Amino acid sequence: MKTLPKERRYETFSYLPPLSDAQIARQIQYVIDNGYHPCVEFNEDSAAETYFWTMWKLPLFNCSSPQEVLNEVQQCRSEYSNCYIRVVAFDNIKQCQVMSFIVHKPGQGGSSYRY
Amino acid sequence: MSYAQTRTQTKAGYQAGVKDYKLTYYTPDYTPKDTDILAAFRVTPQPGVPYEEAGAAVAAESSTGTWTTVWTDLLTDLDRYKGRCYDIEPVPGEDNQFIAFIAYPLDLFEEGSVTNMLTSIVGNVFGFKALKALRLEDLRIPVAYLKTFQGPPHGIQVERDKINKYGRPLLGCTIKPKLGLSAKNYGRAVYECLRGGLDFTKDDENINSQPFQRWRDRFLFVADAIHKSQAETGEVKGHYLNCTAGTCEDMLERAAFAKELEMPIVMHDFFTAGFTANTTLAKYCRANGLLLHIHRAMHAVVDRQKNHGMHFRVLAKCLRMSGGDHIHTGTVVGKLEGDKAITLGFVDLLRENYIEQDRSKGIFFTQDWASMPGVMAVASGGIHVWHMPALVEIFGDDSVLQFGGGTLGHPWGNAPGATANRVALEACVQARNEGRDLMREGGDIIREACRWSPELATACELWKEIKFEFEAVDTV
Repeated sequence: MKTLPKERRYETFSYLPPLSDAQIARQIQYVIDNGYHPCVEFNEDSAAETYFWTMWKLPLFNCSSPQEVLNEVQQCRSEYSNCYIRVVAFDNIKQCQVMSFIVHKPGQGGSSYRY
Repeated sequence: MSYAQTRTQTKAGYQAGVKDYKLTYYTPDYTPKDTDILAAFRVTPQPGVPYEEAGAAVAAESSTGTWTTVWTDLLTDLDRYKGRCYDIEPVPGEDNQFIAFIAYPLDLFEEGSVTNMLTSIVGNVFGFKALKALRLEDLRIPVAYLKTFQGPPHGIQVERDKINKYGRPLLGCTIKPKLGLSAKNYGRAVYECLRGGLDFTKDDENINSQPFQRWRDRFLFVADAIHKSQAETGEVKGHYLNCTAGTCEDMLERAAFAKELEMPIVMHDFFTAGFTANTTLAKYCRANGLLLHIHRAMHAVVDRQKNHGMHFRVLAKCLRMSGGDHIHTGTVVGKLEGDKAITLGFVDLLRENYIEQDRSKGIFFTQDWASMPGVMAVASGGIHVWHMPALVEIFGDDSVLQFGGGTLGHPWGNAPGATANRVALEACVQARNEGRDLMREGGDIIREACRWSPELATACELWKEIKFEFEAVDTV
């Protein structure tokens, strides 16, 4: 029997091992295939009540390949490595946000995050 | 001005007596109007009663008719108010059963009142002597009537934005044992579940305010559990605080206290409490930013028999009109295909904006919801981690999957049990988005995740790949 450690989490996919770039790319492909608009956003803290993170540029409205989004994620990572970064997706037909998943955490790979 | 395509009244004056319903209420030439409420009844007449007469009797008894002619009939325009049986369709494979299609003029119903609509349509007619049995299969609610209802307090999209959860089903758990825990012990069970990764925990339907656990004590300890787990995990947490009470005043007092404690969601039993109470609570929740989870105790009393009562899709539509952000729909997993199609039919009716007629799913009428918000489908009861791939495949993202025993029964306790479910859920969503077939590869996906999650591995050892196989009660 094991006690579950107290851990911070970051909503969707934060109970999986950190996604590799290849895995992130496959999720972005799903975003594109569904006709959603991907966007990268970042923030210094990850409190539950913080709805809005800062947008890394505008949503990628005309993006056709996951690599374009991945490039933005990588640029955001190098500029804001001390921040949390997530990829979100907007559906303009439903007129709302439909996806959000964490792609970077400060000190990623450290002991603060088990999986 | 004429409201009718047919004239029933003559200028012959008043003639007392009993006349056949079909003379007035069976109108096969009538074309339903866009503003009519349409109903599909499964009718089993008494032996010897012709279908036309039985169908007309249902239309009459659920609208303007009485068993005998009365002189005051002549003071009204019956053609404006009467229900009409406009079509009759024998049920294949049954020797004395048919579907009666009935159209009701909009003027028969009070705006914004599900209570009034049901009192009219299913009020008296179910005890009518000429019928052996009667079941309301479906209703078509015209847009003109829908627009007099506010519907769900928030709806699926606003709920997601409020609780900041996207692109996956939500996870819940009903706290057990359902009766007998002290308020503090109960709150502890809630905290452990939520810190482990669930989004919601739930009061059982029969937890209201009993001597062993008064509602106010429960609300206070649960609020502490929510605030603590939210601060620790950094994720939004909620517990369906059951506000169902003996009076509407008590119900609203409980909801107000939940709001005071800054709780995101409350709960109500819409069918035992009644539609008037439910609509009142929905209105309160909308005005006060509370999400509303709906339980459906007592539904099987009216929806289980195939030839009598009313189908759950009617109750589901009524609930969407009355107001609720979640409602229980059953789990489907392990059931037969027919059951699954029918369940998915009313899940569509709860969540989508425009649903085409599809008799294979039990949907008798095309329904346009005119942008009324949707209701999340809740799958709860008897499910565990091995069911996760099928549940994600069947219910999709806009659902709440509730593992009661499947969380609390984990050998290491609630928090690891919750983590096991959350890991399984996220592994399935990830795999689905990557294009993998959850129905075929589901077992592999769960086993892969077991390699890095000891919580999930332990759950998978305890619960083997169980299958539930019972005869479907609900068939088309």
